[in-house]
Amino acid sequence: MNNTEKMLDIKNLSVIYKTDLETVYAVNDVSLSLEKGATLGLVGETGAGKTTLALTLMRLLPERTGKVTNGSITFEGDSIVDLPEARMRKIRGDKIAMIFQDPMTSLNPVLTVGDQIAEALIVHNEKGLTKEQIDARVDETLTLVGIPPARKNDYPHQFSGGMRQRVVIAIALSCEPDLLIADEPTTALDVTIQAQVLMMIRDLRDRLGTSMIMITHDLGIVAQTCDNVAVMYAGEIIEVGTAEDIFTKSVHHPYTDGLFASLPNLKSKTARLQPIAGLMPDPTNLPKGCKFAPRCTKCMDICKEVPPEVFTDGTHSIRCHLYCQGKED
Amino acid sequence: MTEQRTPLLETVDLKKYFKVGDKSFLHAVDGINMKVYAGETVGVVGESGCGKSTLGRTILRLIEPTSGQILYNGDDITKYNPRQMKKMRQELQIIFQDPYASLDPRKSVVEIIAEYMIINKTLPTKREIYNRAARLMDVVGLARRYATAYPHELDGGRRQRIGIARALSVNPKFIVCDEPVSALDVSIQAQILNLLMDLQDDMNLTYMFVTHDLSVVKHISDNIMVMYLGQCLEFASSDELFEKPIHPYTQALLSAIPEPDIAMRNKEIKVIKGEVVSPIDPKPGCRFAARCEHCHERCLQEAPVLKEIEPGHMVACHLCDK
Repeated sequence: MNNTEKMLDIKNLSVIYKTDLETVYAVNDVSLSLEKGATLGLVGETGAGKTTLALTLMRLLPERTGKVTNGSITFEGDSIVDLPEARMRKIRGDKIAMIFQDPMTSLNPVLTVGDQIAEALIVHNEKGLTKEQIDARVDETLTLVGIPPARKNDYPHQFSGGMRQRVVIAIALSCEPDLLIADEPTTALDVTIQAQVLMMIRDLRDRLGTSMIMITHDLGIVAQTCDNVAVMYAGEIIEVGTAEDIFTKSVHHPYTDGLFASLPNLKSKTARLQPIAGLMPDPTNLPKGCKFAPRCTKCMDICKEVPPEVFTDGTHSIRCHLYCQGKED
Repeated sequence: MTEQRTPLLETVDLKKYFKVGDKSFLHAVDGINMKVYAGETVGVVGESGCGKSTLGRTILRLIEPTSGQILYNGDDITKYNPRQMKKMRQELQIIFQDPYASLDPRKSVVEIIAEYMIINKTLPTKREIYNRAARLMDVVGLARRYATAYPHELDGGRRQRIGIARALSVNPKFIVCDEPVSALDVSIQAQILNLLMDLQDDMNLTYMFVTHDLSVVKHISDNIMVMYLGQCLEFASSDELFEKPIHPYTQALLSAIPEPDIAMRNKEIKVIKGEVVSPIDPKPGCRFAARCEHCHERCLQEAPVLKEIEPGHMVACHLCDK
């Protein structure tokens, strides 16, 4: 556990969205760390708090409602939570870049894609690039993501969904960030294009040594690209481990088991899927004990009352009473 | 066996060209022949822009076909006048892809479900219609307390259930499911897939399931049609297609699926280069030729014809002639 190798260290982070009417507990006591060059997969369903966590790392939480109530984020020695906005602006987009989920809404419809890629370069122009160099860099980035540079004067509506997502990726990559947060980068894409984009991301990571947080709900993508995996549920990390821990070990959080059972299997013919019953709890009114207890098939009395502790076995941690009890016996 | 029956729905050389500019045509659906038998599910897979959604909508005549026939129980519905068609639409329904955009935001859940029944006057009184709408909510697993809620108050899974209830309200026989689960989370996706399969068993529904998600299509379909640029490249039973894909495009598609299995991590992914070429005035020859690794002279000149190479397994590729 050498702290210098960690480029990102999140400790006991809690984030809420507070309005006059209610308080949404979006991220609850999350601790995570990321080493240089590693890829962390953040898995969970809609509303699990994945995107809120990413936005907190970028300091892009909605100003009036979003608040970090507890915990710290250390990125390359800087504490993201307390950094003045001017410093943060230097980091955002340059050191930490984000690929947003929805290519349809994350591009500006009245600017050409070339201008949008150049924008990041102009804002973070510490090397003093000339206009021509920026232009060349835009062409280079577009080629990198597989778009002919000739199309840089086109507007977003002239591109297909897959192409737009490539533009979004190109914007994120234009400054060669140290940490890339990819929020469901391929959800809107076709499999063959998804394969291309994943290969491209993998290739860039290997070449540039970029660390990455891959937010996704697709366990297939996680298995193919990530070194470490964290499973999020109702704002908590309920299981974390190396990819081997998650995909090959038999001991899992019941929610992780449920996620795997929900996937249609390509190899065997299953008559019925086994979805997890019910829905994610209301984040304004989370259960008292284990957050997953109301949907859990292995729910015990203690689960409804006491929030579970984390059970750790080497690199593999599970937040569940099932295993903590076993330890006491 | 199945060949003796009349298909519930059959398309004969169905084409839909969209006019682009002055002289060009976008070949969205280009000569599709498909047969769907009652109680079956035909999956249509392909990348975005391959015409799969257009095919679904053309079959329902939500988009008028350019040429070809659509036979429903042997009857050509392309010749129907609007009044006949309105009646026919009760039997042919569609579940849309986006549960966020396909529901009227100013109507409550029960009003949305009742709307088709009111338009078609399927039941004599409003009261009966609303009662049926409430029963449909039970069928699709929506708690009745949501009856007066508006779509924006509900999550994607529940909204998609409204879309399903609305489609079921007029007692359809054939439903086009246009990517009904692609906007949903896996655990919710599994719930909706189970619901669709249960409804099929209970009501003897026939589905045409349009999707780009291959694992979903394998799970739900009896037969699968692989589409590329408006044409059918391969058609086979679901098991056969996944075990013995023949067309290079199908092989590439299957190989591109990221599997949730870490042992497969370093497997060689057959990444097909490039993207779908423009469907506007496509060149003669095989449409996939530009991306195909087996492409040879003949592929560029002559379009391959869909041939049955094994019973029930049809492929359009020159490689099969060798």
